[in-house]
Amino acid sequence: MTIPLVVALIGNPNTGKSTLFNALSGSRALTGNYPGVTVEKKIGRTRLGTRVADIIDLPGTYSLAPRSLDEMVAVDVLLGRQPDTPRPDVVVCIVDASNLERNLYLVSQVREVGLPVVLVLNMTDVAAEKGVTFNPGQLSERLGLPIVSTEAHRHRGIDELREAILKAADRHTLPATPPTVFPPAFLAECDALAAQLEQWNLPPLPLFLRQRLLIDVGGWLESHAGQQHSAELVAWLQQARARLADQACQVPAIEARSRYRAIRETLQGVVTRPEVPPSTFSDRLDRLLTHQLVGLVIFVLLMLAIFQAIYRGAAPLMEWCEAGQEWLADFVGQWFSPGPLQSLITDGIIGGVGSVLVFLPQIVILFLFIALLEDCGYMARAAFIMDKLMTRVGLSGKSFVPLMSSFACAVPGIMATRTIENRQDRLTTILVAPLMSCSARQPVYALLIGAFFPATYFAGNWLGVRELALFGMTALGAVVAIPTAWLLKKFFFPGETPPFVMELPSYKWPSPRLVFARVYDRARAFVMRAGTLIFMTNILVWAAGYFPGDHSRVDALQTQVSALEEEQATQEAERDRQTALKAKAELVLASGPTGRGMVQSQPELADSGRALAAAEQRLSEIETELEPLKAERNAERSRLLEQSLLGRLGHAIEPVVRPLGWDWRIGVGVLASFPAREVIVSTLGTIYSLGGEEDGLDDALRSATWPDGRPVYSLPVALSIMVFFALCAQCVSTLMVIHRETNDWRWAAFTFVYMTALAYVAALLTYQLSRAWFG
Amino acid sequence: MSTLAELAPGSRARIVAVTGSDAIAARLMEMGLIEGETVEYLGPAPLGDPLEFRVCGYRLSLRQTEARRVQVSPP
Repeated sequence: MTIPLVVALIGNPNTGKSTLFNALSGSRALTGNYPGVTVEKKIGRTRLGTRVADIIDLPGTYSLAPRSLDEMVAVDVLLGRQPDTPRPDVVVCIVDASNLERNLYLVSQVREVGLPVVLVLNMTDVAAEKGVTFNPGQLSERLGLPIVSTEAHRHRGIDELREAILKAADRHTLPATPPTVFPPAFLAECDALAAQLEQWNLPPLPLFLRQRLLIDVGGWLESHAGQQHSAELVAWLQQARARLADQACQVPAIEARSRYRAIRETLQGVVTRPEVPPSTFSDRLDRLLTHQLVGLVIFVLLMLAIFQAIYRGAAPLMEWCEAGQEWLADFVGQWFSPGPLQSLITDGIIGGVGSVLVFLPQIVILFLFIALLEDCGYMARAAFIMDKLMTRVGLSGKSFVPLMSSFACAVPGIMATRTIENRQDRLTTILVAPLMSCSARQPVYALLIGAFFPATYFAGNWLGVRELALFGMTALGAVVAIPTAWLLKKFFFPGETPPFVMELPSYKWPSPRLVFARVYDRARAFVMRAGTLIFMTNILVWAAGYFPGDHSRVDALQTQVSALEEEQATQEAERDRQTALKAKAELVLASGPTGRGMVQSQPELADSGRALAAAEQRLSEIETELEPLKAERNAERSRLLEQSLLGRLGHAIEPVVRPLGWDWRIGVGVLASFPAREVIVSTLGTIYSLGGEEDGLDDALRSATWPDGRPVYSLPVALSIMVFFALCAQCVSTLMVIHRETNDWRWAAFTFVYMTALAYVAALLTYQLSRAWFG
Repeated sequence: MSTLAELAPGSRARIVAVTGSDAIAARLMEMGLIEGETVEYLGPAPLGDPLEFRVCGYRLSLRQTEARRVQVSPP
């Protein structure tokens, strides 16, 4: 087997790079992360004639000037310095034909890494609409690069591109020294830098990186390339830059000036752009969508629609998911007798799989919208419109959609932060996203508000205490997120505010193929990479709630209950059948004396009457037998939970949660709800011997007492629990998604620690203050 | 010398220079804001900031703080 050809795909954002990647690799891509960074590694395999090729999709970028480790990845891949990634044989650089001048800036940098480059001119249709005309043959000649024109969304030009890549890979006519746009004075400093590095016994750096060291003031390389000579290198660079400034080669201006000068020379006479750009449909649409009033109204309506779609639209799908899980658990459960194996399979495994799949409706719906809005060009406008508001908390407009989505569920919200290129902004957004009140908190609020808040209304039934409490709880997380984001920015991610220099791309019809590919990719990434960890945590928490403990009594009780319930179902069916027969016989009798029918129906009526009475008799017997059995089973389950590891932990942490007004039962509920917040409701249902049921739980809570007879629950306790759940990180899925998105365990751990601390302190204050207030 | 932040909506100007030598200045220049280029100010976002420009045949959004770093002269 021959070694696959390695092709790197690079280009500006909004050039159709993803569409081209999918067209080349058929969207069968392997995704992962480059080690140590949050940049997604995406590699697709394809065939180029007889050869196999791996296409590396590099992140969309305007420039190869690395300011952070994340931005360094593309440079390292192109230079063959990225571990685990082979150096590409060919670079495919995709450009927006309607905007060649700016797009060629990146091409000009890419050419200098010393690899064969194939230029792809995409969006030629948009260029024509904008009145831009060009001569590709002449452009190819001037640049000295092969050019392929494509309309990636229509799959046009893809075969030509495959051929061009093969040709470029086979051609060994690459010039010994890559072309340069820089003046001799600058290149002389690059040589001087090479000599200086050698003198310090540092490994030699390719010319491209030496250029970057000189140009990128405060860039990533400046602080990392010097190794043990870091301080000396920075001093040397400062002197070199001063020397360059004296020779009219001031950095960083020299780069943009030299490159754009070369680009203008290349494009002179090859590309013509009308002096006054024609007013396109996209321009007219933009005037409306960024209009001071109309634009704002459309934005608000659109965001409400998206929010409703995730929050309400996903609900029936999630219910189906849960119903399917219950059905499957019942169906599979009957093959096993009650015992640890049955519990592991139904509660642990099927429950664990269900807890992963239940997120898919929200992820799919959110990413459907995001992919549509991104592909049609509106996403940049949403960031443009919201930027001013988001800068108040030190973030940018790009954080708005992820944070808004987190009000439905933080999992898709955090996954949506990929559109934020700035690492600091992205991490801050990820860290505060779980504070937004998600739908999993609603059952907790509903239970406690229903049980402990009066149904009092003010202002002519318009304002209710319960509604106010629910609103307050929902708003709490967002309110706390504001200072939290500010503090995180100040202490964890200091430095200047990242620029909001953003392209507002032309509007276009979204491509269904690309939208589908994006949604599928996100859903798959969640299930494959976060799903397994969520599943494993579910199994662990199940085991902690099951072991240790002797389940033989509860299993025996359950066997009896199941047998009785089965008989109950049979008897009920019999009762219904006999009722129907009786009604039929009565109908015949009522229709009048018609001879034969009467004679037959009389005894039938008597038979079914007897059978009906027998069935009802047995049913009421079953009822009386079932009641105590169920009560005993539920009490036994409650006792087993208390004896389990989880219950013991709950007892152990009671001194810690006492200042919050909680007893060990609430502690167990909080521990058990680590996989998902709403689990506390069913856990309390088990503890209060309701067999995990929610019915009657409010009464059970109201009548629960401390050993000395005082009631456990009061308004302050309910408030303290709700405030805790508003701010805590009791959601393993969120933490796993943070781990996956940041590619670092420490951010997930940090989120858990900071949110738990925040929740504890806030619950403590709430309890102590409200107790002083309400007495 | 006026800056991009002081233009009237719909007006055009020629870029003279980008002030500073930090990453933001480099970013502005990379995006095509270099001397001699003509820029058209299209208008602000609904809440007043950022601002929308047309440069090199595409639309670019800049915050006021960033626009202030781009010195311009009449076209």
